[in-house]
Amino acid sequence: MSVLTRSVLIRAVLISGFGFLYAPILVLVAYSFNASALVTVWGGFSTRWYGVLLADGPLLESAWMSLRVATLSAAIATALGTLAALALARHGRFSGRTLFTGLVTAPMVMPEVITGLSLLLLFVGIGLDRGMGAIVVAHATLGTGFVAVVVAARLRGLDRDLEEAAADLGAGPFRVFATVTLPLLAPGIAAGFLLAFTLSLDDLVVASFVSGPGATTLPMRLYSQVRLGVNPEINAASTLLIAAVGLAVGAATWLGARRGGRATS
Amino acid sequence: MIPLSRARSLQALLRLPVWLWLGAFFLVPFVITLKISLSEPATAMPPYLPVLDWRGGAGDWSDFLQALNVENYVTLATDALYRDAALASVAYALAATIILAGIATPLAYAIARSPAGRQPLLVALVVVPFWTSFLIRVYAWIAILKPEGLLNLGLMRLGLIGQPLEILNTPVAVLIGLVYAYLPFMVLPLYAVLSRLDPALREAAADLGASPARVFRTVTLPLALPGLLAGAALCFIPMVGEFVIPDLLGGSETLMLGRVLWSEFFSNRDWPLASAVAILLVVLVVGPVVLFRDAAAEAASGEGSGREIPGREGAP
Repeated sequence: MSVLTRSVLIRAVLISGFGFLYAPILVLVAYSFNASALVTVWGGFSTRWYGVLLADGPLLESAWMSLRVATLSAAIATALGTLAALALARHGRFSGRTLFTGLVTAPMVMPEVITGLSLLLLFVGIGLDRGMGAIVVAHATLGTGFVAVVVAARLRGLDRDLEEAAADLGAGPFRVFATVTLPLLAPGIAAGFLLAFTLSLDDLVVASFVSGPGATTLPMRLYSQVRLGVNPEINAASTLLIAAVGLAVGAATWLGARRGGRATS
Repeated sequence: MIPLSRARSLQALLRLPVWLWLGAFFLVPFVITLKISLSEPATAMPPYLPVLDWRGGAGDWSDFLQALNVENYVTLATDALYRDAALASVAYALAATIILAGIATPLAYAIARSPAGRQPLLVALVVVPFWTSFLIRVYAWIAILKPEGLLNLGLMRLGLIGQPLEILNTPVAVLIGLVYAYLPFMVLPLYAVLSRLDPALREAAADLGASPARVFRTVTLPLALPGLLAGAALCFIPMVGEFVIPDLLGGSETLMLGRVLWSEFFSNRDWPLASAVAILLVVLVVGPVVLFRDAAAEAASGEGSGREIPGREGAP
């Protein structure tokens, strides 16, 4: 096989692979600008569904709820996940290490229906109010493991010479942590926070189990409409969400590339 | 310097919040689920019997233990509905994992063989759908797969079919949804392994006369196996318990365990049976796959102990 056929083959694989990943998303975005309410009939370009969306009080309310839940739960998950990462990467052997590792990583692989059901049973058992607080607790539990993995990976990649140098120069352990370790760890902690935030914003199953009638998140609201069939207003809402995520990931990639470029130059 | 014993107790103190939080909100709920899976349903709130009074003495405990029953597990084992749902879940997840391996391997390989400067962008393009709402990505397929949807429209325009195909609400639609939604999870670990492969190995095989296909089969693929296994473990467990995909794309006839649990809980309000489904899912699927994955990781790290793999030591 010549070099030319190989590069053609690689290009063909890339195009069909990314075509499969992005075609459904492009279709969704395109039909959010469709004047017709029928999803398969193109009625011309229109932004009317965005107007409908902005006038949809319950939907906006659920979006606001989701944002608050995601911020709070990601903050808790980031604090717990960073502590867990320090334990996993730096504490060496300690009693109960296997159980500790299991507790941190298990929520990541546990099917959501199980996490949701078991948390609900706990909340009912202790009589906790099943409102926004319940969803925050559930999402913080989900996010902790993801933050821990991201931060631990960053910790293992850190050059320990810097911390040792600071200690040799007389800085106490707290000072070393606050002035050397934490700043070096910051990109990992930020990435962990973003991951926990996105997971919370995206979760339908766990929130559906643990929340009562008082608290409805955006995915719960979208799901109740999606079940009734395809609906251009949902396409408009989805397009806005996709644009937000695309911008965030784009910015993160750009920042990462810039930092990487600076480090190597 | 802080004395070592004080450093150790400080570390223990720092671990305490994690222990408390995950103990209270992950371990204890699981024990409660186990307990409720052994009780019987009732039309009350909470809708199950027997309810244990935590403040009661030893007498309450022995009453409670006598009232426990394994009725729910007997139902799950003997009722064809649940048995079929369990088998179907595993079959769907297995088939989707195999298809995923078939699609993700060439894609990850193509990314790893692209010019180095373009690779971060390609990886970001794989990651963006993963960050995009799962629900929305599954929903997008409804408009494509339904009888008057875009796929049928396109195929009919091309004259390939005369009648719209029934794809939505069939097992095919569920498989498409599973493969689509989990593709990034399979591509990323594979790419991580493939991008680190030493090109000298491939070149050596080629210099010794192996054809490109043979190089791929005998050099690249075996070395990519850890990534393939990691991706498979990452996809398989959540797919078995998947709810959104069978619910939106599979129609009312698709029974998967996650969906059975959901409907037992929300529609039938049978909390004990839903709990038993959850326990069964953990014992039959989550446990074995996690153990298998850890054993595979152990074997891989043992095998490679002679080689230097930076950052691997102490990885969970």
